[in-house]
Amino acid sequence: MTDQPILVGYDGTDAAQRAAEFAGQRAAAVGCAVHLVFVLEWSPYSFLSTKELEERHQRRTEELSRAEETLKPALDALAKLKVPVTSEVRYGHSGELICAIAKEKNASQIILGRKGGSALGARLLGSLPLTLVQASPVPVTVVP
Amino acid sequence: MFWKKTATATAVALMSALLPHVAAAQEASFDEQINQAIAPISNVIAGTIFYSIPVAGTAFPLIVGWLVIAATIFTLYFGFVQFRKFGHAISLVKGDYSHPEDAGEVSHFQALATALSGTVGLGNIAGVAVAVSIGGPGATFWMILAGLLGMASKFTECTLGVKYRNEYPDGRVSGGPMYYLSKGLAEQGRPGLGKVLAILFSVCCIGGAIGGGNMFQANQAFQQVVNVTGGENSFLAGSGWLFGLVMAIIVGVVIIGGIKSIAKVTEKIVPLMAVIYVTAGMIIIISNIGMVGDAFAQIFVGAFTGAGVAGGVVGALIQGFKRAAFSNEAGIGSAAIAHAAVRTKEPITEGYVALLEPFIDTVVICTMTALVITISGELNSGLTGVELTSAAFASAFTWFPLILALAVVLFAFSTMLSWSYYGLKGWTYLVGEGKGKEIVFKLFFCLCVIVGASMSLGPVIDFSDSMIFAMAIPNIIGLYFLMSVVRGEVTQYWDKIERGEIKKVK
Repeated sequence: MTDQPILVGYDGTDAAQRAAEFAGQRAAAVGCAVHLVFVLEWSPYSFLSTKELEERHQRRTEELSRAEETLKPALDALAKLKVPVTSEVRYGHSGELICAIAKEKNASQIILGRKGGSALGARLLGSLPLTLVQASPVPVTVVP
Repeated sequence: MFWKKTATATAVALMSALLPHVAAAQEASFDEQINQAIAPISNVIAGTIFYSIPVAGTAFPLIVGWLVIAATIFTLYFGFVQFRKFGHAISLVKGDYSHPEDAGEVSHFQALATALSGTVGLGNIAGVAVAVSIGGPGATFWMILAGLLGMASKFTECTLGVKYRNEYPDGRVSGGPMYYLSKGLAEQGRPGLGKVLAILFSVCCIGGAIGGGNMFQANQAFQQVVNVTGGENSFLAGSGWLFGLVMAIIVGVVIIGGIKSIAKVTEKIVPLMAVIYVTAGMIIIISNIGMVGDAFAQIFVGAFTGAGVAGGVVGALIQGFKRAAFSNEAGIGSAAIAHAAVRTKEPITEGYVALLEPFIDTVVICTMTALVITISGELNSGLTGVELTSAAFASAFTWFPLILALAVVLFAFSTMLSWSYYGLKGWTYLVGEGKGKEIVFKLFFCLCVIVGASMSLGPVIDFSDSMIFAMAIPNIIGLYFLMSVVRGEVTQYWDKIERGEIKKVK
């Protein structure tokens, strides 16, 4: 049993679900925990209208509870594998946040899924796996 | 930007081909009819609000003194907070003190940006031109001074806006003068006075939303569009109602139809327009750097001699103060509504952030416009309003009026959206919340867009000014009562910083 968890970037997509299950199998083999991270893309420097300012706190509460809902299937799947699992939902830049949390939690590695877009698209629009491969402090595994 | 220019040109060419010129000639009388119907009412309102006393041979509107005296008192009472805490304000906006757990909530930056988008706009382009065309370059000096003093008013009102805001069970946050007037004064044992001031403020806020936040915007946007499509010979000349109708439909689609995509597009383009405007202004100033000294000399000499200005020094001063207040809205109370939604445990932090607003709006952007107008030498061309600014920029970049027309229309549009919200808050404070009641206000707001675009500039400016300034009467009375509350907030906040309870997180 090691106290270094495996970090999983999770967003509710099929790819993320596959990543969570893959991480579950590794964790069961090594005997470590899995930590699921759900990042809601957010910049404190974006621009909101007056109406959006008024409703921001309300929307945030809704977004958080929706994210918690989305995490459920993955949490259930990991519980079935008898892997200890924790999760958190955070607002911010997904690449920066996942790197920061990996350090915070002293994670052994990061596992995430990919949607399978074209390489060109990923390069033009940016992609989380590419960002993490460049910037992550720990090994990164991308599950197809 | 190129494609936008081409698109505008194509659209203009297309529309002029489609619209018969005969129609324009007929509709001119329709515009005049609207003008004649509204002007007497707006004259009475403007006459009351701008009650003037003769000072040094010129009429001095008491309301302008009211705002400047208040700003001076707040400046002294808070020990020149706008200079001492300027750095702290920047630090707050950068997020140095924002807790990471609050990510996803309204940040200081967002509250400031939204409040700014309501104030940066025509006041900075058209208002400044009005000030220097009537008050001479010297008006700029008084405008800057009023901007600097106004920072303290903004600080006071926005702190209170956050402190006395309403947080509803469903998570919505709503604040503004109507709440701090009623709740704050009730705390001091003056519930009756608080209620009266809050109601008075709400009534004036609706008027301000319709005047300066709507009719003035529609009017100036239309003037500029006519200007770039051929001036007097434009196919649109005299058809203000038609332009107003189109604008009203777009505003209606957003505020009644709730179509977010239009608002989203606007809020992306408006900051870009602001950047283009400021960059163009800076380029003109830098490329004429030799004349900047002379321009400042004109500004200083004009401020204290009032040479060639009707009313001399006082004339220049009145114009400077009036346009500054109209542009940055310090002491008016409108910004307190926008700033109130920020996520912070310390109301005073939003006060510090808010004091940057008059600085950016008046001290930076308005001064830049005034410098460009002075340098260009267009001041004696007999033009005023947005046409003067347009001519001044055109002296350096001939294509600039087109960009400016687009910027003016977009600024006007975004200011209308902000003010429709402020006005709605005043309205719902008076009649209560409810879908039906809100739609009544929104429909009326759209109707006023058409009226505003149809009227000639004089009556619109008078009405807009008077209603916006009227908001300052109940607001500042309340601020005098509540400034001790703000001082209490200052003391406890800096105590916490000293004890290390509030620390930088970055």
